[in-house]
Amino acid sequence: MYSFHSSSELVKLAKKHKKPIWEIVLLNEMSSSDKTRKQIVNKMSERITVMKEAVNKGLKLSTKSVGGMVGTNAIKLSKGIQKKQKDMMMSKEALLSITYAISTSEMNARMGRIVAFPTAGAAGVIPGVFLAAQKKYKFSDKKLTEGLFTASGMGMIIGENATLAGAEGGCQAEIGAAVAMAAAALTEMRGGTPDQCMHAASLGLKNLLGLTCDPLGGMVEVPCVKRGGILSVLALSASDMAIMGVESYVPFDEVVESLNHIGRMLSPKLRETALGGLAVTKTGQKIKKRLGFKDTLNGNADLY
Amino acid sequence: MPTYSVFDIAGPIMVGPSSSHTAGAVKIGQIARALFDKTPTKVTFTLHGSFATVYKGHATDRALLAGVMKMKTADSKIKESFKLADQKGLKYEFEIGDLGMQFHPNTVRITLEAKGRKKMSIVGSSIGGGKIEIKKIDEFDVDLRGVAGKYLSIVISHKKRTGIIAEITAVIAGFGANIVDIQSSRIAEKSLTFLNLDNYRPTLQEVLEIEKIPGVLYVRSLTKLAK
Repeated sequence: MYSFHSSSELVKLAKKHKKPIWEIVLLNEMSSSDKTRKQIVNKMSERITVMKEAVNKGLKLSTKSVGGMVGTNAIKLSKGIQKKQKDMMMSKEALLSITYAISTSEMNARMGRIVAFPTAGAAGVIPGVFLAAQKKYKFSDKKLTEGLFTASGMGMIIGENATLAGAEGGCQAEIGAAVAMAAAALTEMRGGTPDQCMHAASLGLKNLLGLTCDPLGGMVEVPCVKRGGILSVLALSASDMAIMGVESYVPFDEVVESLNHIGRMLSPKLRETALGGLAVTKTGQKIKKRLGFKDTLNGNADLY
Repeated sequence: MPTYSVFDIAGPIMVGPSSSHTAGAVKIGQIARALFDKTPTKVTFTLHGSFATVYKGHATDRALLAGVMKMKTADSKIKESFKLADQKGLKYEFEIGDLGMQFHPNTVRITLEAKGRKKMSIVGSSIGGGKIEIKKIDEFDVDLRGVAGKYLSIVISHKKRTGIIAEITAVIAGFGANIVDIQSSRIAEKSLTFLNLDNYRPTLQEVLEIEKIPGVLYVRSLTKLAK
């Protein structure tokens, strides 16, 4: 009754039942899982708790990650905001979004506890956007939990019609999805209509189409950690634009379709194999050597 | 076209760095342990594809071993799994191997051994976002995949005998469980049958009841696929 396979179906359901998107996503989960509303909401709100723990822990640490390439930037940003925020171009909240996203991803790279949302590699965006928005709009944790349902609904649509794995679709499938999910959720939490949510998601995802997954040494460190921070701001831009009435010319479902097409066209060397792009730069080769990374094509003979 | 639960997107809660190479690896280890249904004394991991190339940086090795020791994806002790295995006297070995082109790049074969128990091997793949598939149990090709929290599976090994699957399903239906999916594969005189039950968790007594059916060799209830 509440099941959806595209954004147009999701919007239609929201309008028909006069309910926000988050509630349609929750009702769909209730009918497909036989779990009670309370069980599902509690499990989702646990994610907010874990996100906050990861961010707060990360803001106090400057220890290096497992691969040694990241780990010192969340603390730099957090101190910078306290001292120099007035001189910065961006709003305090935008800077906080970057900081929280990087804090999360640095924890991830240290093998700390995080919520993969939708993946571990792109796990910074949602906490960045959500916790910065909580600071600005004084959202309750309950409100943020509702937002996570909206975000998850968008992720389900992308996963079903394209992919959420960097190995299959490149980084556009991970960070692109995370930004679209965050933009739609933020827009709804701010009081946007279901249509505005989809426009925000489209604006975010459209601008990340074609992005490759080529991290150094195949590790979730460079460029992943800072990318999550910088691109969390894209979700804020997309949401602001949608709230002010800007519409995406291409509807969300079509943007997802092109994400899928582009993913298939991307060379496997640019899909989480560390065989192309940034991973094979001079710096990338140095990291591979240090990690003892072997370029084996084991199970991937079509790569060369 | 996969169908998703919100918790396939919103989660898992896990220790980093990679949902496919760390959390997925833990889950494959957990399922291997659940299928073996006994504390192993030795376990061998054969790493294939991307698991073979980047396993060290993603702690795939520690994660696999942690899963075999029943740890969950969010357990902060995953980092220390080598030490914990040493303390428990669990021997472990990692080797690089080519399992064949038909497998996903993120694949591992886990072979478990214990005294008084036949050696068991399973092949599992981590397909992204922490989702996994089990592709082989011993010599049997299988296709077991979990949607977060949705289905609970039981695995039944049995001899070839006319009507045995009908008897098994009748007994399970008698518990009031709804079977939503059934897979069976047979090699020579032996079969392996999988049943996905809709939100029903068989009790130990019920498992023993299935084991009493003539020709049934063992029954394993994979009730922890959700985590």
